[in-house]
Amino acid sequence: MTQLDIVDVGHSYRSGAEEERWALKPLRLTFEAGKTYALVGPSGCGKTTLLNVLSGLVRPSQGHVLFDGADVTALPTRARNIAQVFQFPVIYRSMTVYENLAFPLQCRRWDKARIDAKVRQVAEALDLDDRLEQPARRLTADDKQLISLGRGLVRDDVAAVLMDEPLTVIDPQLKHSLRRKIREITEQFGPTVIYVTHDQYEAMSIAQEVLVMKDGRAMQQGTPEQLFEAPSSTYVGYFIGSPAMNFLTLDRTDGHVTLGGRPLTMAWDMPEGTTECQVGIRPEYVEVATEPGPNTFPARLRDVRDHGPQRVLVMEVAGGLVRAKVPREDGVPASEEFLVRLPRAKALPYADGRLVLHS
Amino acid sequence: MNLSATDLCLTVDGVDHLKDVSATFVPGRLHAVIGRTMAGKTTLLRVLAGLQGVDSGALTRQGADFLKTPVWRRDTAMVYQQFINYPHLDVFDNVAFPLKRAGLARDEIRRRVTDSLARVGLADFERRKPSQLSGGQQQRVALARALARGTGILLLDEPLANLDYKLREQLRDEFRTLFSDQGDTVVIYTTTEPAEAMMLGDVVLVMHEGRILQTGSPQEVFERPATTTVASIINDPPMNIFTGRIGSGQVTVAGFQATHVSAHLADLPDGTYRFGLRATDVGLASAGVEGEVTFVEISGSETFVHVAVGETPFVVQIEGIHDVALGDLVKLRLRPERLFAFDEEGTLQRTPSYDLTSVEGR
Repeated sequence: MTQLDIVDVGHSYRSGAEEERWALKPLRLTFEAGKTYALVGPSGCGKTTLLNVLSGLVRPSQGHVLFDGADVTALPTRARNIAQVFQFPVIYRSMTVYENLAFPLQCRRWDKARIDAKVRQVAEALDLDDRLEQPARRLTADDKQLISLGRGLVRDDVAAVLMDEPLTVIDPQLKHSLRRKIREITEQFGPTVIYVTHDQYEAMSIAQEVLVMKDGRAMQQGTPEQLFEAPSSTYVGYFIGSPAMNFLTLDRTDGHVTLGGRPLTMAWDMPEGTTECQVGIRPEYVEVATEPGPNTFPARLRDVRDHGPQRVLVMEVAGGLVRAKVPREDGVPASEEFLVRLPRAKALPYADGRLVLHS
Repeated sequence: MNLSATDLCLTVDGVDHLKDVSATFVPGRLHAVIGRTMAGKTTLLRVLAGLQGVDSGALTRQGADFLKTPVWRRDTAMVYQQFINYPHLDVFDNVAFPLKRAGLARDEIRRRVTDSLARVGLADFERRKPSQLSGGQQQRVALARALARGTGILLLDEPLANLDYKLREQLRDEFRTLFSDQGDTVVIYTTTEPAEAMMLGDVVLVMHEGRILQTGSPQEVFERPATTTVASIINDPPMNIFTGRIGSGQVTVAGFQATHVSAHLADLPDGTYRFGLRATDVGLASAGVEGEVTFVEISGSETFVHVAVGETPFVVQIEGIHDVALGDLVKLRLRPERLFAFDEEGTLQRTPSYDLTSVEGR
């Protein structure tokens, strides 16, 4: 396993384009050895370009790619010792499952006994050990993807496993088990994994750290918990979480922050001189209040969405829409007008779309 | 104008695709058909659309034999999981296509296309090509084309399945408004997702292995699942189902400490039962029965922890995102007052008491 560093890497597919239009704006990132990372974002966000820069498929317009400190920017893919899993399974159709897994090791001239031990170890982890002699082409798409992954894992020295939307062609019912398998195996073998997906659910379930991208920029890198609890921008607050984080515009009255004319205290303070002040709060943390108190605001119920174990209350608070996720057993407020409480610790200050840093 | 199915059966290669399917589809209501892949949902829609025949059974509309009505007279539009648009036509012409073929007047076509594009939020996209649209926008074009035809029956086959979760969430919200006033159209909507069926359906039909297992309001089906299979299908993650015993005033579940029988189970005779407990009603606690974490999944805002207690798998749903490592030993606490009781064949006997007295949905 290897640490990968992206040092001031930027890329434009068209030469001479202004930086604002680059597919990847110059950025610095570190992928620590042995961790699993997910790159997530809508199409066109630059995640695939970044993956291709790591694999050597794209030579960046500027900056350097380091593998354990060594500059590999100029090296082609085959010299980088990486394993790749693509959207569509890549297998040697004429070979058996065993031969598919053994092939990369034969190319490295490992001796037979060592190859055999390694192939059997990896096949067992992938639950393919009972099908080693079957022709690989006869397997289902999800098992073929496991072979693609397995071919990377048999190599002890592989620098990183790069995966590009590997669940695209997998039947929805099987995605769950393949996701689980990928997570188990990467934890067992411990390679550095970079996993590209457009699906937040997949990113959060598979990765230890998630990098949210948008318009060629890295918006936030962190654990799933960090992205949920403290999104660094209103975009990440919207993108991660379902329903999205609530954002309400605040006013300043006599030096105090107010929401719809009432005082609001947040987890920490909003700096002076901010042009656009917002409070961000997750629907999970908005509470229906029984009596007035600090941080309570009048709400008007607009809709109730039944999600099963929870209901989502859609309401109007201080001129904005707020969603609250409440347990089913709490029922639905009896009247259309009631009070909600925004607990101070969970009410985060956003200035001009960015989370205010806690000083 | 009801569309009524009676005992529809279809067997292909010895496998039941439809088995004794009876249902009444009512104009102005959205019927959400929920089931796993291969439950027979798509087959049912294809039969209603006339794209697929049956071995036996009847289908009637306004007293007429609908099975004998040819496809082009069925007054039916269908939207598929894999959105289909004509790649060489722009958005306007994609929506206008079936109207032109039907020979409608030019003004009428313009009126209907403009109106249906506005309904799906694509008013400004008339001159774009499908390739210039996102997946969610392409699916909206397909939907607009179906709406513009103004048919009496609208079939939607997992229309959100191929979209990522943020788009799914957004379109689900939009659909709720879009389908809130259906006039006298019969709308049938298939899905594998409980939250989607609950949120959109006026009526929910639970399908499994070609059969309709239960029909009712979302509230009824969710709170009174007729069988363990329904309980499993209508909950995401599936309801935890496990075997236990009721005897001498105690509930015993293998591995767990016996608890007092809750009031809602008190009148059940002693014996062996299948118990059901939603993932939200199992908790991680500081004391309780120990199990091993076998998998952790994170949705947008919830953490699903899969725990094996001996041989029995449990799923625990925790609000928010939490870091739980595979292989960790954790302690589980079951909420006995939230147990659903089924007999050994899986038929519902008792539901948790709050459900019976719960605040009715508005």
